[in-house]
Amino acid sequence: MEAELIPQGLQRTSFRNFCLWQLPWLALLTFGGLGALLCLGLGLNQTAMNDYFAFGVWIVFDLSVIALGAGAFFTGFLTYIVGKKELKSIINMTVIIGFICYSGAVAMLGVDIGQPLRGWFIFWHANVHSMLTEVSFCITCYLMVLTIEFLPNILEQRQFNKVPEFHFFAHNLHEIMFLFAAAGAFLSFFHQGSLGGMYGVMYARPFAARAMFSIWPTTFPLFILSAIASGPCFTLIVVWLLEKIGRKKLVKNEAKQLLAKISGIMLAIYVAAKLVDTYFWVTGPAGEAGFNLGDFYRAGPYGAWTLFLELGFLGVLPAVLLNIPAVRKAEGALILACFLNCAGIVMNRFIMTVVTLAIPVMPFEKFLGYLPTWQEWAIALAIIGYGGLVISLAYRYLPVFPHERELNEASRS
Amino acid sequence: MSSLGPTTGIKYGMVIDLDKCTGCGTCSVACLTENNVYVLEDESDKVRSITWLRVYRIENGQPYPQTKIAYIPRPCMHCDNHPPCVSVCPPTATTKDEVGGIVSQIPTRCIGCRYCIAACPYHARYFNWFDPWPLYKKHIKQMTNAFNPDVAPRMRGVVEKCTFCHHRLMAAKERTYAEGRKEIPEEFYQTACTQACPSGAIAFGDLNNPKHKVHRLLAERQKDAFRLLEKLGTQPKVYYLTTQKWIREKADNYLDVPKGTGN
Repeated sequence: MEAELIPQGLQRTSFRNFCLWQLPWLALLTFGGLGALLCLGLGLNQTAMNDYFAFGVWIVFDLSVIALGAGAFFTGFLTYIVGKKELKSIINMTVIIGFICYSGAVAMLGVDIGQPLRGWFIFWHANVHSMLTEVSFCITCYLMVLTIEFLPNILEQRQFNKVPEFHFFAHNLHEIMFLFAAAGAFLSFFHQGSLGGMYGVMYARPFAARAMFSIWPTTFPLFILSAIASGPCFTLIVVWLLEKIGRKKLVKNEAKQLLAKISGIMLAIYVAAKLVDTYFWVTGPAGEAGFNLGDFYRAGPYGAWTLFLELGFLGVLPAVLLNIPAVRKAEGALILACFLNCAGIVMNRFIMTVVTLAIPVMPFEKFLGYLPTWQEWAIALAIIGYGGLVISLAYRYLPVFPHERELNEASRS
Repeated sequence: MSSLGPTTGIKYGMVIDLDKCTGCGTCSVACLTENNVYVLEDESDKVRSITWLRVYRIENGQPYPQTKIAYIPRPCMHCDNHPPCVSVCPPTATTKDEVGGIVSQIPTRCIGCRYCIAACPYHARYFNWFDPWPLYKKHIKQMTNAFNPDVAPRMRGVVEKCTFCHHRLMAAKERTYAEGRKEIPEEFYQTACTQACPSGAIAFGDLNNPKHKVHRLLAERQKDAFRLLEKLGTQPKVYYLTTQKWIREKADNYLDVPKGTGN
């Protein structure tokens, strides 16, 4: 009976194995649910956040998953707008990852705000000057776009597809998908940028403040660039994991190579821009506020090593690696470069969020540290459980990879 | 939304003479009593306790006997130029009044995103990490008499801050109108901290009105006056006075002066 739900002609593990595989993801989700219940019931005193660390690990995770989920809009843009048809081999997976990242981030934000029931005030009493307003509008709209982009894949499920209405609706959605890809690219461009802008416009926090071009600080384009550089690499890591765990080929090599090449180019542009931005930040807003570069790294655990780690080991190195064709062709090296790239972007979001708040601006203020509580970790890790669960379900029951059958028949023969 | 640029006309502000401040903390206590500020079960949790007007103790960093100590009372600075907290607030829960320039907070509209706390370099904004109701319920009999009926207590999960005792401005406006006056006299609108300070270190009024004490103080002691983190360009409406150079140097970051020796 359950086998009738699996896409025709595809090999999947037994239902028992599948259920056992889901247990760790469900455990992570349950753990997160417990943390969320405590935070919603008893308040945010359950976290380690305070009036100095107003943002914590949740915002770091939010910004990270939104950047890593950027593979959805960028691959959609490349496939439907630029016309890179070879990416159709991977586009469904990018959409699913994007959907998980964005819906997970929105759910986490629901716990993060002190008055979740007033969340709609952002739309009702919108302050058009706030970067966070722009982020909220664009993320909400883009989550709807992602849902629409995910819908045809769900309707193509073996049993759903037998219903003529579902079949034709999915087909027609495919026909107009370029419109949603364009809308997704437009919305993502603005919310990825606005997430960076959130920090850049904090002109009274010299560690985060950046020079402004019209109404946009330099962190605006930097966050867009870093997201489109890391998102496709994150998709490649997920596909690689699925291929290793499922022991079969899922995506055509040309699609992977193209994504890796474009990621490499984007990362190189991003790292170069980030280095230039760092120079102008030190000599510009930071210097004008009376800070030397060393002042930011004088106290606490977040020393100058964070700067070198982010820009060097997790920035320049993967940018160089991804631009060497031999590295891209060697699977292990490619995945290592992708991992370094994604880790660099997570590091950047951590620095912009936690380190910004850790550095005192008033000369007589003290440096304080922040260590999240288990409730915060539980909620943050729940997004991994959620992702594991949804990807596993999609992989088993939906025709996620259009070339899977063809690729594995070829390898068998 | 109100104008974020410099206030013209009436501009309420504060002048604090640090040479008179003894660090007694009366201003702080008067403030939290006046504004029904919630007291934590554990007030030793200083990074979560709510202190609209916090008194900082600073040292000159020199060994004994050259050691010098001073106190800096820090209310909200009510930044006059583009307050960092106002433009970032997504549901417009904080605004800068067009008349008077007071940076207000609307707790019932605040969603508790805490972006304003992150944006404020003065740490003048506080989040309600705990639910005040259990404590109120426990001590309801004693607290009923202590509550100020003019100020609504805040709920869990919202941000609050010094409002320059805005409810007193409302009362002063009513009294001015009732008495048929055109201008609010200085003595009608004074903040709780100003009235409570035993050494008379705090003055409050219209910075643009030559008849007000704050205006006169700044005119007479121009060379002693400074503001916190002036380089950032926030233009606080809270001024400090001191004849001591080392205190003035502690008020901002300078590339050639060592930082972080205070506490």
